Amino acid sequence: MANEGVNNGRRRFLTTSTAVVGGVGVATAAYAFLSSWKPSARAQSAGAPVEVDISRLDTQPGARLTVQWRGKPVWIFRRTEAQLAVLPGLAERLADPDSENADQTPAFARNLARSIKPDIGVLVGICTHLGCSPMYVPELQPQAFDSEWQGGFFCPCHNSRFDIAGRVFAGVPAPSNLPVPPHHFDPDNPNLVIIGIAPEEVA
Amino acid sequence: MLKSRLFAVLLACVPALAAAAGKVEMLDAPIDVHDRASLQRGAGLYMNYCAACHSLQFMRYSRLGEDLGLSVEQVEQLIIKGNAKIGDTMITGMSKEDGTAWFSKAPPDLSTTVRGKKGQEDWVYTFLRSFYVDESRPMGWNNTVLSGASMPNVLWELQGIQRATIEPMGEDGCPVAQVGGNCITGFVIQEHERGRMTPAEFDRAILDLTAFLTYVAEPARLQREALGVWVILFLSFFTLLAWLMKREYWKDVH
Amino acid sequence: MNARIDKAVNGLSDWITERTPGLAPFLRKHLTEYYAPKNFNFWYFFGSLAILVFANQIITGIFLTMYYKPSAAEAFASVEYIMRDVEWGWLIRYMHSTGASLFFVVVYLHMFRAMLYGSYQKPRELVWVLGMLIFLVLMAEAFLGYVLPWGQMSYWGAAVIINLFSALPVIGPDLVIWIRGDYLVSDATLTRFFALHVVALPLVLLLLIVLHLGALHEVGSNNPDGIDIKKHKDEKGRPLDGIPFHPYYTVKDIFGAGVFLILAAFIVFFAPTFGDLFLEFDNFNEANPLVTPQHIKPVWYFTPYYAMLRAVPSTLGGVLVMGGAVMIFFLLPWLDRSKVRSYRYRGWFSKMMLALFVVSFVVLGWLGLQPGSELQTLIARICTIYYFAFFFTMPFWTALDNTKPVPERVTSHA
Repeated sequence: MANEGVNNGRRRFLTTSTAVVGGVGVATAAYAFLSSWKPSARAQSAGAPVEVDISRLDTQPGARLTVQWRGKPVWIFRRTEAQLAVLPGLAERLADPDSENADQTPAFARNLARSIKPDIGVLVGICTHLGCSPMYVPELQPQAFDSEWQGGFFCPCHNSRFDIAGRVFAGVPAPSNLPVPPHHFDPDNPNLVIIGIAPEEVA
Repeated sequence: MLKSRLFAVLLACVPALAAAAGKVEMLDAPIDVHDRASLQRGAGLYMNYCAACHSLQFMRYSRLGEDLGLSVEQVEQLIIKGNAKIGDTMITGMSKEDGTAWFSKAPPDLSTTVRGKKGQEDWVYTFLRSFYVDESRPMGWNNTVLSGASMPNVLWELQGIQRATIEPMGEDGCPVAQVGGNCITGFVIQEHERGRMTPAEFDRAILDLTAFLTYVAEPARLQREALGVWVILFLSFFTLLAWLMKREYWKDVH
Repeated sequence: MNARIDKAVNGLSDWITERTPGLAPFLRKHLTEYYAPKNFNFWYFFGSLAILVFANQIITGIFLTMYYKPSAAEAFASVEYIMRDVEWGWLIRYMHSTGASLFFVVVYLHMFRAMLYGSYQKPRELVWVLGMLIFLVLMAEAFLGYVLPWGQMSYWGAAVIINLFSALPVIGPDLVIWIRGDYLVSDATLTRFFALHVVALPLVLLLLIVLHLGALHEVGSNNPDGIDIKKHKDEKGRPLDGIPFHPYYTVKDIFGAGVFLILAAFIVFFAPTFGDLFLEFDNFNEANPLVTPQHIKPVWYFTPYYAMLRAVPSTLGGVLVMGGAVMIFFLLPWLDRSKVRSYRYRGWFSKMMLALFVVSFVVLGWLGLQPGSELQTLIARICTIYYFAFFFTMPFWTALDNTKPVPERVTSHA
């Protein structure tokens, strides 16, 4: 049957090289197919940065704008001097007063007010507990849920509380601060906030 | 019973429909989708003359920019009219209702038109050049490629006012197109009705516009042929190795 | 290091063998000790190529299903989404559409091999019948798949073909409404076609393919000389003219796959519509129930049967003739009375009959693509009559044929 003068070395070489080259082909094809899972042009378009004109916040003090970015609600609101003044004093009551959790606070927002401009708050409006949308309670007045309320956000679902900078209170179900989304202010127009691009990524 | 009669009618229609269409000479459109400058000029012409009525619902501005070598800023300034964002699709402002009301047939979306015609780019090329004055039509224009077209000749400023020479049909059929019992034997643009472009320039413009629409019908075409070369080279190499391997093993067989 | 790897591999192999003792014997029975005739020629590539194309259709099909929207409102747009917005979507789509047509190229050539070498004769009738069932299911699968892009040809092709069933007496009209799920081809039709095309028929196809290969391996493969290699065995019981399928035919089929893939790549990357044959131009227009295309025709692989349908004056007659033309193939093992399997050893008359059959099938195929004319109808009728005559008269000219003596051992390049 088989000729005993079989050149095994040659066989192994050819088999291996054919297998390797074939494997490269299969891997390349697989790469193309798996790449199709990446966000399509349509998803990228829908997930594109959102430009927000915040001039309305001047005419309506205490107002809060909500825009949708990548399926998430993003709040934009003005903070008063009084609201900013109370922020340092709240530290003992907070779980992460210095915003050390980098998942929730990008580098450009690691400051007391967790923002680029202290008087403009930009936060993702989803409670970090189980995803409800917290209520906006900006008044510095005692509330039913907190007799020493200094302004912030209250989540009615399971009573989590956040201060006006979005920092989570200790002892509430929510584990972390409200996320700050990547955003920046248009250099030519201080009333234009672009949600979706961090300051360091601006071309 | 009704169904089988319907079916028989459908079958019978087929040859009848084919005969009624009438032969129109298709011009050959020597477009080159790989000619970026041509596509850019075509895109400009499209936005100026076509986009007001026709959508390209499957084409995104961002893709256009990438394929035509335009930056986002260039696309936003030169291509996008109105408030559309770079990632949006190229939808016209004209609603379907308005289009139907104004033209009795809403201007169709052109995303796949080149691929959806039997003549492909030749059809579009010939169509765009074959408008002629026809007082009997609501818009005053008719077209030898699409008889009874609701579309006016939007390019008349460039082409000039094209009129058809109509003669009774002779023995040899019609060189350009047939209209009723007569023949259109040719087109003419009179001296005082010339357009802004010379015939050669207009030809070039239509070619660019056709190239652009051909690209829009299949943007992937720009990559697939180049990629195909590499794929076939790779497969040839693989097949060569496979053949050597086969030959080596088959030395065993008698 | 090598010794460690060997030990690990052997250890794993032993672990598996202890738990599936039948695995190694199975691999031996079907690969390394499945003795196939050594004189397989060009015509013997198409079985393994069919498996390759089937695998392609499954994989590309799975990925297309991730992006395709099976509703009348969104289907057409979702295909354009795949072609433009999904990364590499255009490649996945073209691989699937090209694969569908190449599936039929391969299957027709595969079937022709069986005719050429009498592979359907005893003891392989069951292999043939299972193969014919695969062919039937494949035709249904292809028809259903073509409807999914919801272009003009998808819609109107479906409308016309489904309407054929209305010709059946008594049950016809109600049957058609039941198939469509509506009074016309609509979203209801599309969604059920989607389920059948993506899930039901592929599973049926997979089962039939396994049975087809199983039935083949029970009796062993035929060969171009049509002789039985099991008649001459060596002292170990191995056919003298047989070689183990693995490695000899695995290696040869890999080479065959390479050549095939080059041809497929030419089409995918340079001519995906293949001159309007693989992707018809009217399917780039969204389905419009109010506008009938000038020219409704099925995809090329159905056109021989479509030509027969049109050739017959009556609707019901046409349906029966078209159906009969496919079904009569099932009877081939019993219509062929030749003592000799392979046409290599049959007389000139048989060879002529087979050649004319091929010609009439191809001519019918071409006619099915044309709009039709009186002359074309005449030719279609002649070819259809010949097609059936080929089968009906086969018991006679195969029995009476002057066959040549068949060799004892296989030959190559006869």
